[in-house]
Amino acid sequence: MPIVLKDVSYVYMPGTPYERTALKDICLTVAEGEFIGVIGHTGSGKSTLVQHMNGLLKPTRGVVEVDGVNLAAKGDAARLARRKVGMVFQYPEHQLFEETVFDDVAFGPRNLGLPADEVEERVRLALDFVGLDFSAFAKRSPFRLSGGQMRRVAIAGVVALNPDYLILDEPSAGLDPRGRDEIFSEVVRLHETTGVTVVLISHNMEEVARLVKRLVVMHDGAISLDGPPREIFRHGAELKAAGVDVPGVTALMERLARRGLDVDAAALTVDEAAASIAAAVRRRKSC
Amino acid sequence: MLTDITLGQYFPGSSFLHRLDPRTKLVGTVLFVVAIFLAEGYAAYGLVTAFAALTVLLSGVPVLMVARSIRPLWLIILITVLIHLFSNPGTVIYKLGPLTATLEGARQGALMAARLVFLIVMSSLLTFTTSPIVLTDGIERLLNPFRRLGLPAHELAMMMTIALRFIPTLLEETDRIMKAQMARGADFARGNIVKRAKNMVPLLVPLFISAFRRADELAVAMEARCYRGGENRTRMKELRLAARDGVAFAAVIALVALLGALRWNVPLS
Repeated sequence: MPIVLKDVSYVYMPGTPYERTALKDICLTVAEGEFIGVIGHTGSGKSTLVQHMNGLLKPTRGVVEVDGVNLAAKGDAARLARRKVGMVFQYPEHQLFEETVFDDVAFGPRNLGLPADEVEERVRLALDFVGLDFSAFAKRSPFRLSGGQMRRVAIAGVVALNPDYLILDEPSAGLDPRGRDEIFSEVVRLHETTGVTVVLISHNMEEVARLVKRLVVMHDGAISLDGPPREIFRHGAELKAAGVDVPGVTALMERLARRGLDVDAAALTVDEAAASIAAAVRRRKSC
Repeated sequence: MLTDITLGQYFPGSSFLHRLDPRTKLVGTVLFVVAIFLAEGYAAYGLVTAFAALTVLLSGVPVLMVARSIRPLWLIILITVLIHLFSNPGTVIYKLGPLTATLEGARQGALMAARLVFLIVMSSLLTFTTSPIVLTDGIERLLNPFRRLGLPAHELAMMMTIALRFIPTLLEETDRIMKAQMARGADFARGNIVKRAKNMVPLLVPLFISAFRRADELAVAMEARCYRGGENRTRMKELRLAARDGVAFAAVIALVALLGALRWNVPLS
């Protein structure tokens, strides 16, 4: 079952001079098992958009449904539906508060009212998923870890809720390239092994383009493009308007194509690009 | 959610009140408070009401928004009215057990409530029409003469600026941490008092940590730019008194004088 947003609009601080429309008539369906990237410039409304997906924000107009249940409704059905959506905020390590890593990751499962042995099992699995060794980390204080490790503990705290949908808001912000790659490969692994639906938010096209199968480009509170990355990159003008860059590889290929070299302009990775350029050069030599 | 509060929030604009020098507004507000407590009799209250209404109109701030600033303090106003209602001797209008409500008490309570409302409205107007930075600038300049007595005027103003600057930031942070913990199943609204207090731990611990982290970062950033207090600092925006400050000041002085005259029965002509 999907997450469905129907004509969702959201206005911040209505009725004051600070009033700002953050979302305008958004229609979006996130199907089960998808791996979606949401991309957009700062202030394009991407964070506001995803906070609607687990009911943290209620739309000013429109409806958000998770598995057919309206999140704005009162009662247990809506609460259970909200629980299916796990949300990792920007800089999630800022929400750590417990004395040990174990207790912090266990916070969510305990709130679900699970028995102690199942809580421990969940914590074990969650830490394992983010690449932290249970026996080495469980008893340590989360505040004595490195930035990257803290972030993983925080992500584990959401993974431990066993969500059907996992939303990550800029999970790589402030990490070094290696930390970034590790976090992303863990998310991909989680997606592949458990089949969890992932919505990944970023302002960096380079890092999401190669991970996701579908990209949603946000611009000025509206969805400007929606489709597979390769198709999205054909819309250079819209991307420029939205303030996001095409990946360096794609930009290079486009320039080569414009100079008359017969290459595949939609290449996403360095390897693909290299193969395409080599083939084009070979074709040119042979004639 | 939390970011929707209005008390102490600047309302951008370019009205007469907005353009006044912050020193005029600060001193004017203090004088107005004096005026409120000088007021006695219906004529005096009428005068104060007229002055307050005129000021609100001149500010260009929506009346509803000014009225909203009273809301956080309505309980104090209510308690004040009740205490006056039941503690004044006079014509009895209602009996409730050992308590007796009197006509004099009702009048006294109503007048006190009016004073409080004026107090809140005028001080909110000050913050509605003056950005925090300008306001602390004004305070610093007003406190400057006391520097000789050892009062660290600049440091006080700087502390105030920083505190004001970080209120919205911390509110945003609170909002975000609350949401993050709610997404992990935390519940801040249910349970008895003990349980609710316990539920605040996942909110307060990260909030304190982030406040200290921010303070630390700010201190480093200031030192990196060679900040060393107020000695010999110049400013980008110098405060200058204009003709309108004279007009505003004269109006407030006239109000105080009139109310004083009314109170002590000084013949006006």
